[in-house]
Amino acid sequence: MEVLLAIIIGILYAAGIYMMLRRSLVKLIIGIILLGNGANLLIFLLGRITEGAPPIIPGESKVFLEAYADPVPQALILTAIVISFGLQSFAIILVKRAHKVVKTDDLDEMNATDEDS
Amino acid sequence: MLTAILLGFLFALFLVFTGKFFRGKLAILSALIPAGLFVYFASFIPQISSGEIISKTYQWVPAFGVDLSFKLDGLSLLFSLMITGIGFLVFAYTASYLRGHKYLDRFYGYLSLFMAAMLGLVLSDNLISLFVFWELTSISSFFLIGFNNTNPASRKSALTALGITGFGGFSLLAGALLLGSITGTYSISEMLSMKEAIAGSEYYILAVVFIFVAAFTKSAQFPFHFWLPGAMKAPTPVSTYLHSATMVKAGIYLLMRFTPVLGDQEFWNTTLIIVGGITMVYSAIHTLFRTDLKGVLAYSTISALGILVFLIGLGSKDAFMAASVFIIVHALYKATLFLVTGIIDHQTGTRDVTKLAGLRKIMMPVAIAGILAAISSAGIPPTIGFLGKELTYEASMHAETLTIVIVIAIVLTKILLLWAGFVAGIKPFTGKLPEPYKDVKAPDFLMWGPAIILAVLGLLFGIFPMIIESALVKPVVSALGADASEYHLALWHGFNTVLLLSAITIVVGILLYFFVKPSANLENRIGKLEFISPKSILEKGTHYFNVFSAFWTNVFQNGYLRNYVTTIVLFLVVLVSYIMFGSSRVVIDHTQLSQVTAYELVVALILIAGVFYTVFTKSRLAAVAAMGVVGLAICLIFVFYSAPDLAMTQFSIDTLTVILFVLVLYRLPKYLTLSDYKMRVRDGVLSAALGTVVCLLALQVLAEPTNSELGDFYAKNAYIMAHGKNVVNVILVDFRGIDTFMEISVLAIAAIGVFGLLKLRLKSTDRSQ
Repeated sequence: MEVLLAIIIGILYAAGIYMMLRRSLVKLIIGIILLGNGANLLIFLLGRITEGAPPIIPGESKVFLEAYADPVPQALILTAIVISFGLQSFAIILVKRAHKVVKTDDLDEMNATDEDS
Repeated sequence: MLTAILLGFLFALFLVFTGKFFRGKLAILSALIPAGLFVYFASFIPQISSGEIISKTYQWVPAFGVDLSFKLDGLSLLFSLMITGIGFLVFAYTASYLRGHKYLDRFYGYLSLFMAAMLGLVLSDNLISLFVFWELTSISSFFLIGFNNTNPASRKSALTALGITGFGGFSLLAGALLLGSITGTYSISEMLSMKEAIAGSEYYILAVVFIFVAAFTKSAQFPFHFWLPGAMKAPTPVSTYLHSATMVKAGIYLLMRFTPVLGDQEFWNTTLIIVGGITMVYSAIHTLFRTDLKGVLAYSTISALGILVFLIGLGSKDAFMAASVFIIVHALYKATLFLVTGIIDHQTGTRDVTKLAGLRKIMMPVAIAGILAAISSAGIPPTIGFLGKELTYEASMHAETLTIVIVIAIVLTKILLLWAGFVAGIKPFTGKLPEPYKDVKAPDFLMWGPAIILAVLGLLFGIFPMIIESALVKPVVSALGADASEYHLALWHGFNTVLLLSAITIVVGILLYFFVKPSANLENRIGKLEFISPKSILEKGTHYFNVFSAFWTNVFQNGYLRNYVTTIVLFLVVLVSYIMFGSSRVVIDHTQLSQVTAYELVVALILIAGVFYTVFTKSRLAAVAAMGVVGLAICLIFVFYSAPDLAMTQFSIDTLTVILFVLVLYRLPKYLTLSDYKMRVRDGVLSAALGTVVCLLALQVLAEPTNSELGDFYAKNAYIMAHGKNVVNVILVDFRGIDTFMEISVLAIAAIGVFGLLKLRLKSTDRSQ
């Protein structure tokens, strides 16, 4: 499964960068989201994946009695997902407002800082 | 002593608030500051000449060994007296020279700032505080040189001076830090006892080079000399002050101060002799080709500084003696000549020496001052200049190697300097008064007084050299680490080779004066060689550097996001693959890998299909939906591999994003394909390369052992310390609670941003709609 996950991560990275290289603003945001997903999975994979052993201390015991998944990468990814949501929502609204002002979705037409260009 | 140094700074500050009172008649009162300081420093003469050294330390940054420690020895005393004494005369002279100037108070502010910085420089015993004062002189001289700030040439030369001396300051700091790390102290007095350790250090040469660059830039040695003629754009009082006694002598001071620490080594002596020698001959020749009086003086100043550097390089007792006398000689006659030039310029409106003659009829006292200074600069007895010249010849005749070359160079320089002195001090006053200057008014006492005082002092010290001998000259020589007790300054040393050389100098120099007249013709001829001068080389270099920077910036900062991304990705791919494939082979450890189950395979395939559909679909809505599918597939992967919290978060966030996208973006224009086929292939190849590299990198990392120490700590303590059973949650809200708090703040800011953007009324756009 690790090999398959690595391939998935590679595809997500490639797709993310490819979308970021497009001129459309919407595609840029989609690219960032795909890249973010790829990065999350990469951290998850590199923290070693464990099947069926969530890092939750079972029942009445105070410590883990058997193998468990490493909680640290999970905590990191959780933070990353939430932060990227903040970024995405702001970016989406910004694209909408920018579109309302300059009437374009094309990055190349947004090069100048002047409103009238 | 601290008060004495700070007085100038305080006065400058005081002028900021009360400046308007000092613009008129009261301006002359500001001369009381340098006068008072002069008296203060003069009162130390008896103590210093009896061999005492007065020092005072104030702690500044003791943790770094940076103190405000001051030391008054013979060398510092000589410079302090010059700074305050000539300062006093310049302050007084300015009151008349710039009478009624709109910014006279500002000028006094800069001048006293500069004076205080100079005093601090020559009195500092701590290398770091010396550096601070050194930089202060650079900065305050920038304001002085650029005082006529409406004149572009003046601004430019101020900037050149600041650039060159600032570069030197940087070098001084480097040298100071290097010396500090060799000796473990920044105190110059303490370094004195570590002479051998410094000379034996492998960084000796480097430290000396740094100190040299600092001294050579400040004292306008070849090839850094060109800022000095440019600085002549300043009002004449500034030129007088900066170039006779203070600013340019700071480099000389630095070299003298470090002679007992770094000197007496072959590298030190040879470099100084060569650089000083080139400078003195080169700029002495240059004086022949100038018609502007200040231009002549500028080049003769550089030449005189060259002589001083050269003398310090000779390093013998005679040479130190000659150097310390010549500093006094030069300060006296050069200040006089500058003051005289300023008077001529002020009264007649020109400094073109080819047009000036016969002015003695109008301004007799000025003529006397000029002629006395010229005689002193020529080294004709009984002036102090004669003494200086004799000592210089004496020292060069005892040079250890290439004595003939050295003597010829110094005699040639002295002949040309004699010519320069005569042109500046005698030529404007002799001959027939030209018609246009018949109605020129005589200057007032405030202007010619200072000039004549300095000129007469030059004569007085020449006739009675014992006045300065034990008070000033000998303490300087002993501060340089040589024993001067058996020396006696005297005009008459009997008939010897030195006297013969003197006679040759005077006769040839005077002949030269009668045969070679300064003319515009000569000036034009040297102008043709301007393109190979260090100045134009530097200017060209600066110009091309700017052109290159503009080009470079345009290439990389071109405003296209995809170009930035391309550059970054390309660099990343090349660098990572070089490291990964260059040094080792990619290893995939099969034993550690888990099996792929059927449902996992299905999820993976859905995910991959979703990604491809997102990328290649022509519909925006479809792309967003497919992206949602990708997110949900990832959510399932989290579920399989023991991350329920991640799965929940991913699920909710993914859903929210898709909804937001659809709600907000459905009204955007058609989802256009903006790029052509070739561009898409290029980007595709690049992205695929990155994907491959990341994939291989991930596999490579998996083959390396992992460290689970951190995870174990959290798992062990989650319940015991934080009383929570879900370890991921405990990490987020407890162990790393502050981080989570910050994250919430970020989200709050994003939410405020979103809200603001939604509510924002774009006025101009609304109108156009």
